Amino acid sequence: MSARDDILAGIRRSLGVKGSEAIRRQIVQDRLERAPRGVVPARGQVSGEERVGLFKTMAEASLATVTEVGSPGEVPQSIALFLRNHNLPATLRMGDDPRLQAMPWSDTTLEISHGPSGGGDLNAVSHAFGGVAETGTLAMISGPENPSTLNFLPDNHIIVVSAKDITSDYESVWNRVRFSFGKGGMPRTVNWITGPSRSGDIEQTLLLGAHGPRRLHVIVVRE
Amino acid sequence: MTVHTTSPQFKQNATRALHDVQLQKALNNVKQGFIDKRQAAADKLPEFEALRDSARDIKNHTLEHLDLYLEAYEAKVKASGGHVHFARNADEAREIILKICREAGAKTVTKGKSMISEEIGINHYLEANGITPVETDLGEYIIQLRNELPSHIIAPAVHLNASQVEQDFRRVHTHLDAKRDLSEPVQLLTEARAVLRERFLAADVGITGANFLVAETGTSIIVTNEGNGDLTQILPKTHVVLASIEKLVPTLEDVSQLLRVLARSATGQEMSVYTTFSTGPRRPGDADGPENYHVVLIDNGRSSMLGTSFEEMLRCIRCGACMNHCPVYHAVGGHAYGWVYPGPMGAVLTPSLIGVDKAGHLPNASTFCGRCESVCPVRIPLPKLMRHWREREFERHLTPASVRSGLNLWGFFAKRPALYRFATRAAMATLGFAGRRRGRFSWLPLAKGWTKHRDFPAPQGETFQARWQRERSRRTA
Repeated sequence: MSARDDILAGIRRSLGVKGSEAIRRQIVQDRLERAPRGVVPARGQVSGEERVGLFKTMAEASLATVTEVGSPGEVPQSIALFLRNHNLPATLRMGDDPRLQAMPWSDTTLEISHGPSGGGDLNAVSHAFGGVAETGTLAMISGPENPSTLNFLPDNHIIVVSAKDITSDYESVWNRVRFSFGKGGMPRTVNWITGPSRSGDIEQTLLLGAHGPRRLHVIVVRE
Repeated sequence: MTVHTTSPQFKQNATRALHDVQLQKALNNVKQGFIDKRQAAADKLPEFEALRDSARDIKNHTLEHLDLYLEAYEAKVKASGGHVHFARNADEAREIILKICREAGAKTVTKGKSMISEEIGINHYLEANGITPVETDLGEYIIQLRNELPSHIIAPAVHLNASQVEQDFRRVHTHLDAKRDLSEPVQLLTEARAVLRERFLAADVGITGANFLVAETGTSIIVTNEGNGDLTQILPKTHVVLASIEKLVPTLEDVSQLLRVLARSATGQEMSVYTTFSTGPRRPGDADGPENYHVVLIDNGRSSMLGTSFEEMLRCIRCGACMNHCPVYHAVGGHAYGWVYPGPMGAVLTPSLIGVDKAGHLPNASTFCGRCESVCPVRIPLPKLMRHWREREFERHLTPASVRSGLNLWGFFAKRPALYRFATRAAMATLGFAGRRRGRFSWLPLAKGWTKHRDFPAPQGETFQARWQRERSRRTA
């Protein structure tokens, strides 16, 4: 008997079932189909300005910095200012997300490069799939538009998120993922990011920039 | 497989730990940090208790239908282009992993923190077969340099102080300037980051654990604060996920419930920094990510826990709250428990996995204060399960002869109420009389184990039952 069949048989023996019971199969099928929501905290169940405000508060509590701009066209200037304020080189790496491509980068003196990170990039920008107000979490989706390596290798990671994509809770993000990828489908990687990288492994002291970015800067686009 | 464990020597381990000055200093960090942070996080979320119920119910539901969810999960992983391997035990798991590494032509393997990888002892096995495993979680990296096991399931190096880490870095990182300043924790972190960055980029295979597996989508999930697990899985050509079979949950909604209690219970964070959902290998057009995605599903004793009183232990999501709140763990630290899993969850799980004959001391090392159960996010009745182990130990005659004869003696009296009352009355009267002056004893026959460390308070000359009778007749009169 293969290890697989042996393990499944062992589980069924322990549970006292055969595996063919129609009612058990139906229960499992229903759960997978309906994916019922459980307890969703009231905290995030706000809308409009209040939701964006909660997102900002929670993201800042996770030690990210947050700024708002009125339109996508203001993002390049905002990033240039952020880098200058922190005395960082005017370089920036990004994928080919059309929302980022459409921004007026030539308005700035930023030196832009494209593609995934090989580990030598100081600064990168990604566009979020969405944000979650409940905990100030950003939801990122892998692909050539926003390569996953940009989320982890650069020292300074800037994430652009549209205010309209900020949802109340995680469940709303999954609804949008299902809308884009089909029920039961997923992108290769979804990264939820809540603040910059950190470690408490040495004497329980909180230190930022363990392996991932030392800084996480979020730009909320209003329009 | 021979399990390397010092659990049978728990008592000697504990004695040594209590006299270890460095360890006692480090353990203070556990007492101070975790408890307040968890409480603050729980207080900030009014739904926290309801979420604990929800988390418990999801896990129970999944375990009751585990065979079917495993089948559904396997089908989804395959559909997304990944490979699923089943391993009955540690030996099979290690062989599967080695084969994948060989096929990838691997020289070095980076690793994210994974308790199941400690359980199956994969590092030594890979090393013995000419492949270098590199732990990348800062705490795991430190203990790998020291050739130790983790002493805590989420803070593996919590038993160490910064000065000890500095010594290890100076011993191992000999290519760096010997005069460099490493007096601050941040300097240690910066050095580890630079050293490990090279390792991440050079690795051929990345091995991570999984906090959860989702049947609905065939997704594996890792939760980290450092980002090391992500660099481990997106940079090498091959990603191997190691997961024990009870990590499964049905849907993305279900896992969102569990994630809401995990970080809050573990570190007191609202959410860990990185929660990563991985489904299969690189897709067409992807510019990065692994080209091969393997999941090794490991039983290693879990399926035989199902349907027994220890099934409840399979709800565990490895947050570490039980050990963070345990007075015994605070006193002796994690290594005294002698194997991979310390604290209350280890005291229940270890006898299940390596046998109560080896790990019988662990469920006895409890004051039954109940703090572990009161903070467990999936409400595992840890004290009750420890008591079950004590009963099994007794049934199998593993309890020492002196304890057994003591219990038998007590049992003889307890089954004969009149005799019991007579004997206890006589004993209390005698002790009360003998201790009437000082109110305590600094020495008592047969009680050296107690009186060696503290005085024994003298009874007041009357038994509880006698007083109860007297009070009751007075009140009804």
